[in-house]
Amino acid sequence: MSSIGTGYDLSVTTFSPDGRVFQVEYATKAVDNSGTVVGIKCKDGIVLGVEKLVASKMMLEGSNRRIHSVHRHSGLAVAGLAADGRQIVSRTKLEAASYEKVYGEAISVKELADRVASYVHLCTLYWWLRPFGCGVILGGYDRDGPQLYMIEPSGVSYKYFGAALGKGRQAAKTEIEKLKLSELTCREGIVEVAKIIYGVHDEAKDKAFELELSWICDESNRQHQKVPNELLEQAKAAAQAALEEMDAD
Amino acid sequence: MDGLSKTIGGGGPSVPAGSHPAGGSQAAAGGGATQRTQYPYVTGTSVIALKYKDGVIMACDTGASYGSTLRYKSVERIKAVGKHSIIGASGEYSDFQEILRYLDELTLSDHMWDDGNSLGPKEIHSYLTRVMYNRRNKFDPLWNSLVLGGVKKGPKGDEKYLGMVNMIGTHFEENHVATGFGNHLAIPILRAEWREDMTFEEAVKLVEKCLLVLLYRDRSSINKFQIAKITTEGSTIYPPYSLKTYWGFTHFENPAQGAVGSW
Repeated sequence: MSSIGTGYDLSVTTFSPDGRVFQVEYATKAVDNSGTVVGIKCKDGIVLGVEKLVASKMMLEGSNRRIHSVHRHSGLAVAGLAADGRQIVSRTKLEAASYEKVYGEAISVKELADRVASYVHLCTLYWWLRPFGCGVILGGYDRDGPQLYMIEPSGVSYKYFGAALGKGRQAAKTEIEKLKLSELTCREGIVEVAKIIYGVHDEAKDKAFELELSWICDESNRQHQKVPNELLEQAKAAAQAALEEMDAD
Repeated sequence: MDGLSKTIGGGGPSVPAGSHPAGGSQAAAGGGATQRTQYPYVTGTSVIALKYKDGVIMACDTGASYGSTLRYKSVERIKAVGKHSIIGASGEYSDFQEILRYLDELTLSDHMWDDGNSLGPKEIHSYLTRVMYNRRNKFDPLWNSLVLGGVKKGPKGDEKYLGMVNMIGTHFEENHVATGFGNHLAIPILRAEWREDMTFEEAVKLVEKCLLVLLYRDRSSINKFQIAKITTEGSTIYPPYSLKTYWGFTHFENPAQGAVGSW
């Protein structure tokens, strides 16, 4: 890497001569090495999915969650350093709660995404702070319907129809582009997300993984929730079947 | 804080001690003293609740008084809390609204765990007892009597729960409870007529009997009532309705008759 040894990559407050902030780029690297995280906006809601790489066989299933509820109507999926992600999650919860306390109504997804992005960006402005080694996908449901945002370690936040982070993001994005998101329901969406995550999983490099799925739609009372176990198992089965079919070809 | 800024060098603007809306004339005496005890302004009257076959039924009127003036005629004093409980309140209405905000915060954080567990009536009641007792110890009580009813699946099947907590933090569980005037006028009726296996219809009848007695005898009650129930199916808060009254009793026509006194 050309940046190493030049001295321009030591601090988040130092630009390189060609106008880059290397520390932020390194933080992005941490995200790129993570298990894949996918979020899609269906016609009736949001589906979030995570390929949670299991560090140890002895770890209890369901622990170290990467999808978190941050308010009644919104959820956050974390790619990258899980511990950094929890910091963002707790800040997001705080922002959502304080907004509701002040204004007496739930925060809009846009406002929440903006505030979280500001917080993430803040950590790229001071020499005594380290940028977050994680990117997050924020899904929510408000009076303008379901919305999806992705926030990167640099602090940028954009609105998406479908977003992906982590190792398999490129492959995942091409798969998302093939979906007809304007016609897809969340019930169909969870199967598609499961298929994508099973599809991009690299059996050779990473061993075990756990599929985490959450949604926000009418079926979940427009609240952010884990996908019910029964549906999760169905989606897993469908994804595995699709994978085997592909291998047979 | 008013007094504090005066005693310590007086950096900030000094606010007259008596200017607090709750009237803190006593605060002026000590200089550093703060007046915390407040007074109820807008109050709701009795709430009654009882267990029946399938769950818990709760009822109250929809009035709220400003002092002794019947100022508001359609306030809801029974609300749902989480999935398994309903809460009813008598006393200061704004304090009840504050309590509802606390409970909203509580149920939100419960929801965000998303671990398949949810707070039942027992837990919510326990939380409220802590809040009420804590505030009373700060000499800044929440001026309410709260009734908490609910049903939740437990190790021994569906468990009905009915409890009460008041502004000084006294709390208990019972098969039937009543707050305020109801504690005097409804409890004797409930003690005489309550049964464990009452149907919903029977429970409504008993509750209406209590409400009617309260309507006749409690000057701050109004003839607009709300009934709510909580079962395993969840909570239902019914729209307000009125009861048929009969004011022709001879004792009502000349209440002073037979009473020894100047009026």
